[in-house]
Amino acid sequence: MSDIAIHTKGINKYFHDPKTIHVLKDVGFDIYKGEFVSIIGKSGCGKSTLLYILSTMDTDFEGELTIDGQNMKGRSGVELARIRNEKIGFVFQFHYLLNEFSVLKNVMLPALKLGKLPSEQIEAQAIKKLELFGMGQHIHKKAHQLSGGEKQRVAIARALINDPIIIMGDEPSGNLDKKNGKIVFDFFQEIVQNFRQTLLVVTHDPEFAERSGRVIEMDDGRIVRS
Amino acid sequence: MNFKVIIDIAKALLHARLKQTVVAAVGVTFSITMFITLLSFMSGLNDLLDGLILNRTPHIRLYNEVKPSTKQPVDLNPDFSLDYNVIRSIKPSGGRLEIYNNVAILKHVGKDPRVLGIAPKVIAQVFYNIGAIDLTGAVHGVDVEAENKLFFFKDYVVTGNYRDLERVPNSIIIGKGVADKMLANPGDIISITTAKGDIIPLKVIGFFQSGIQEIDKVQSYASLSTVQKMLGKTESYITDIQIKLHTLELAPQVAEEYRQLFNVDAEDLQTANSQFETGSSVRTLISYSVGITLLIVAGFGIYNILNMMIYEKMDTIAILKATGFSGSDVRKIFLTIALTIGIVGSLAGMVFGFLLSAFIDSIPFNTAALPTVSTYPINYNPNFYLIGITFGIITTYLAGLLPARKASTVDPVVIIRGK
Repeated sequence: MSDIAIHTKGINKYFHDPKTIHVLKDVGFDIYKGEFVSIIGKSGCGKSTLLYILSTMDTDFEGELTIDGQNMKGRSGVELARIRNEKIGFVFQFHYLLNEFSVLKNVMLPALKLGKLPSEQIEAQAIKKLELFGMGQHIHKKAHQLSGGEKQRVAIARALINDPIIIMGDEPSGNLDKKNGKIVFDFFQEIVQNFRQTLLVVTHDPEFAERSGRVIEMDDGRIVRS
Repeated sequence: MNFKVIIDIAKALLHARLKQTVVAAVGVTFSITMFITLLSFMSGLNDLLDGLILNRTPHIRLYNEVKPSTKQPVDLNPDFSLDYNVIRSIKPSGGRLEIYNNVAILKHVGKDPRVLGIAPKVIAQVFYNIGAIDLTGAVHGVDVEAENKLFFFKDYVVTGNYRDLERVPNSIIIGKGVADKMLANPGDIISITTAKGDIIPLKVIGFFQSGIQEIDKVQSYASLSTVQKMLGKTESYITDIQIKLHTLELAPQVAEEYRQLFNVDAEDLQTANSQFETGSSVRTLISYSVGITLLIVAGFGIYNILNMMIYEKMDTIAILKATGFSGSDVRKIFLTIALTIGIVGSLAGMVFGFLLSAFIDSIPFNTAALPTVSTYPINYNPNFYLIGITFGIITTYLAGLLPARKASTVDPVVIIRGK
């Protein structure tokens, strides 16, 4: 059990607006620690919806979701926030850095929220992570002064700051050119290989998916390959 | 630790929208400034106007009213106790204005711990003789020191030294209005006719001006012994005992007690001057309502600005939530922003309120009716500042509450997927 990062069983999800649509149909799979998993499928097949359920941000679903052995059903918003903070790192398609803060502070914030380490140590770790992704010389810039590829690298550094069990990405390379997309992919691969962390990435880029360790393919709310 | 992060984020958001934040804070500053200034000024004015009457009015006045006896002899006779007695044309008898046994009363009242001080007084109805014309008036024979201690006599003596009343025999301080009519100057001798017809010469040693013209036109002051002599009475003749208490509110109760105890008429200030209390409280009410209205308007400003900020910062809120900040963290962030605006605005408002009050306090304000006042009155009551900052912070907190709640319920999935 301990080497299962995410366990799902019988997940059903409906959208009710404007009329009820059955988006996810009896989805169930296990993701093991250290795996690099891609979820692919046509747009509208429910892959992003699934990702947000797995991320605990969407709680309106039926079925079983266990992250790192902990059941996610029936938990309060504060508890879920804590789990997101500690166990999940995010990389989004549109970078989503906080423009009010410096690059360094953006990376530090989740760790400051977790509050496990004193801020000097967090800062040192954040700098180390940023240097890992070749962003060492940009740490005091504001987020809006970076290019798209640079932003995404900062976002990855932020996702890693709390050493989460699993890192989730929603089209992390979708908004980048081929070169930057490849850089991001290489970083992901490095994370899995060097740090034994789990990666779960939603993508519609088949090339990206094929190079990852495992592909989960979805069609019309069902899993057709896993 | 968590708290520090929240303050950090609030600070960054404030910084990102510095101009709007400053405008919101200035709104609070302005309203607190006006609130404090308005209350200080209004309350200063109230104190001034009340002081005009209250400073010179005893809390309790003991005297003997000339009135017909309420119990006629026939009522006391048991033979007629069951009858319905009608007596026509009852007249007061005796007409003695003197307070009986006043030495004992003075002694007893002086020992009462509730009493701040007592001042005996003799009031004599007189005519001021100007050539062939007689003006009606009243001479108050007072214990000069007691009168000054309790009723700030000195403040109203505009010419001459009030102490001379004791030192110079047969001296008088006449009202400014009286003096203008008689063309009397200090050092002149004026003559006065008492109610019994005796003509008495008195030396003018000064003028007094109370601020109320009706009083200045008829009233004069002399020492207790001068008036007793004028009336041909002994040293124990006293018509009024004026009492000041430590707490004004007790006056009606104590007056009732003395009325029973000494068998005299006792009038308390609340009964005699009820209109002043009403006036003051209405004025205070108006100032508070205006001040609080200003604060509420400022509150709406804060509400607006926070609401706009939340719409602009949806992405930020979503990402904070996605990276592990809970709804209540987000709410705390926006409440911190609101409270920062409120506290900074209120503190600045207190400073500016004080400065504006001080400025008004220095504007010359001379009026013949108020001899003791040379600038606009301001009451620097620290309570106004406390109320101001309390209301300022409460208003901004309430104004921040709704937007903060809204921010806390933002669904990050909707925002992130909506792109």
